[in-house]
Amino acid sequence: MVEKIKVIENILSANDNLAQENRARFDQAGLLALNFMASPGAGKTSLVEVTVKSLAGRFRLAVIDGDIATSLDADRAAAAGAIAVQINTGGECHLDAVMVREALPLLDLDAIDLLIVENVGNLVCPASFQLGTHKNILIASIPEGDDKPYKYPGMYRGVAVLVINKIDLLPYVDFDMDFFKRGVELLNPGVLTFPVSCKTGDGLLNWVEWLVSEIENHREKVAG
Amino acid sequence: MHELSVTESLLEIALRHGKSANASHITDLYLVIGQLSSLIDDSVQFYWDIVSKDTLAEGANLHFQRISTQIRCLDCASCFVPAGEDLSCPNCLSTRIEVTAGDEFFLEAINVET
Repeated sequence: MVEKIKVIENILSANDNLAQENRARFDQAGLLALNFMASPGAGKTSLVEVTVKSLAGRFRLAVIDGDIATSLDADRAAAAGAIAVQINTGGECHLDAVMVREALPLLDLDAIDLLIVENVGNLVCPASFQLGTHKNILIASIPEGDDKPYKYPGMYRGVAVLVINKIDLLPYVDFDMDFFKRGVELLNPGVLTFPVSCKTGDGLLNWVEWLVSEIENHREKVAG
Repeated sequence: MHELSVTESLLEIALRHGKSANASHITDLYLVIGQLSSLIDDSVQFYWDIVSKDTLAEGANLHFQRISTQIRCLDCASCFVPAGEDLSCPNCLSTRIEVTAGDEFFLEAINVET
């Protein structure tokens, strides 16, 4: 006998459930967790470095670095002063909640204020996989071109914060900021945006101030 | 996209529901996929044939119901299917819009033999 069974289940439900478990562990430890996503070369690791250096002495930072291979990014984060763990995805184009969960025993979560998860460089797949982090941060960069919001709507729709890196290159690159911002506005109206240059330091003060207030607000929220 | 992880997840859900229905064989899977999820049917089918081998769902047919992206303009309230990559309102040119369909990404039902 053939029978039709109703399922109605999100195809990535297993990942979503694990992401919720990760979130519960972050909240229990009272730390703020961020998911950094970007295309390869946009400056995820550079932003991690300047962030770690700016917050050193005030907050305890850890970084989980996702890459297909090598520990180059975790080495850079560690050299900047963070506790760093590398996940090699072995070919997978994104991090998922399982990989993050497996990295957690390597960290003393209670001794961390801010955990940055640096995703695999990719503007497509990471957007579909929740990790349990509190906020998704997208790092765009000027040399990528101004059409990226139009080409990668899934990524631009799902983020809470947009960092636009390498603004020092604006005079040298055909990048129409109005066209770019129009695309962002269509997908994610009013998204919090920080134009920065990790190289010159331009705009980083605003980013760091926002981060400090987020860490402090989060700590109060969890404690309260 | 990431069709291998998607296909593995799909198999896990289908087997779980098939087993709880005491199925001897899962013959069909009905997927509902919005246009914005950018999943490639052929690629899922390719992985499906590999990952479902030697399971209850081996050889099951995958049916893809595609849902077009639908947008509602928050200024003039007109609803439209965007032409190409530009999601702005064709009626009043507003960029204040809301996606009302196209995000779907779920397994709706399976057919089982008991």
